[in-house]
Amino acid sequence: MKLQVATRIAIYAVCELAARPGKQLSAGEIADRFDISVNHLGKVLRTLGRAGMVEACRGVGGGHRFRGNPRRVTLLDIIELFEDVGPRARRSPEPGAATHAGRALGRVVDEIDDMTRATLASITLATVLKMGQRGRRPGRLRAE
Amino acid sequence: MKRARRKPDGGPPRVVVGVARAEDLAAVVQLDAEATGLKKAAYWRDRLGWCAASPRDRFFLVAQRGSEKVGFVVGDVRTWEFGAPPSGWIFAINVKRSDRLQGVATLLFDAICARFRRAGVEVVRTMPSRDAQLVLSFFRSQGMMAGPFVLLEKRLDA
Repeated sequence: MKLQVATRIAIYAVCELAARPGKQLSAGEIADRFDISVNHLGKVLRTLGRAGMVEACRGVGGGHRFRGNPRRVTLLDIIELFEDVGPRARRSPEPGAATHAGRALGRVVDEIDDMTRATLASITLATVLKMGQRGRRPGRLRAE
Repeated sequence: MKRARRKPDGGPPRVVVGVARAEDLAAVVQLDAEATGLKKAAYWRDRLGWCAASPRDRFFLVAQRGSEKVGFVVGDVRTWEFGAPPSGWIFAINVKRSDRLQGVATLLFDAICARFRRAGVEVVRTMPSRDAQLVLSFFRSQGMMAGPFVLLEKRLDA
């Protein structure tokens, strides 16, 4: 699965804001941190704002703030603001889809899509933030 | 089970985790029914007895706040086929709806993992439905990732 640029920027921005609850960050600060275009980030932040995930605060010292519970907002919630994931992403039937091989392939791809959606829906922002910090410690019980 | 102590600020008692006893059955059935809508007293009685019969490798733990049961976790040490060494296996975890987002499930998870560790296993596994987003999110938050096994199934009438 390859995420679109806007989707990746959105995930970076939301993670950065969610890691600092209640604190405001300007688009420039976020763009600098991830080496991304501030214009592109601005468009992404507007989409996140319309979805109620991010709040823009105007004026001197203004910026953006995360709105929501990082233990309940998932990667899928963010990704679906920018692109479709799973069967919905395939809007029109592909050539050969009605053949035996096409139907079989469709079932396999559906299986993969279902797993992708379930995985993205199970990973919250809080988990993403933890994953970034977590290192495997030898001798500890591993969780699979 | 350790006694629940009151916090110094006089707030609600801390949650403590201990081994489930027969008298916890009604609370376990109620907690499960709150989540699933099904009252399965016979099933949970059987699970309690099954765990009590082999306490070194089967664990049925309850979380208690004061005198109230607010959650439970059940698991055992399982020997695996396909060349895998034994691992800890969690097959049920539940927290009362009004007590969620307060770290109760994490306490239960940590407590059962400590017992798995003492039983000599190095890996803990579980297999929730992919539709059980809350349960999946919880296990993910504890650092669980996709393991090396793939669940396959087939309808027997197909």
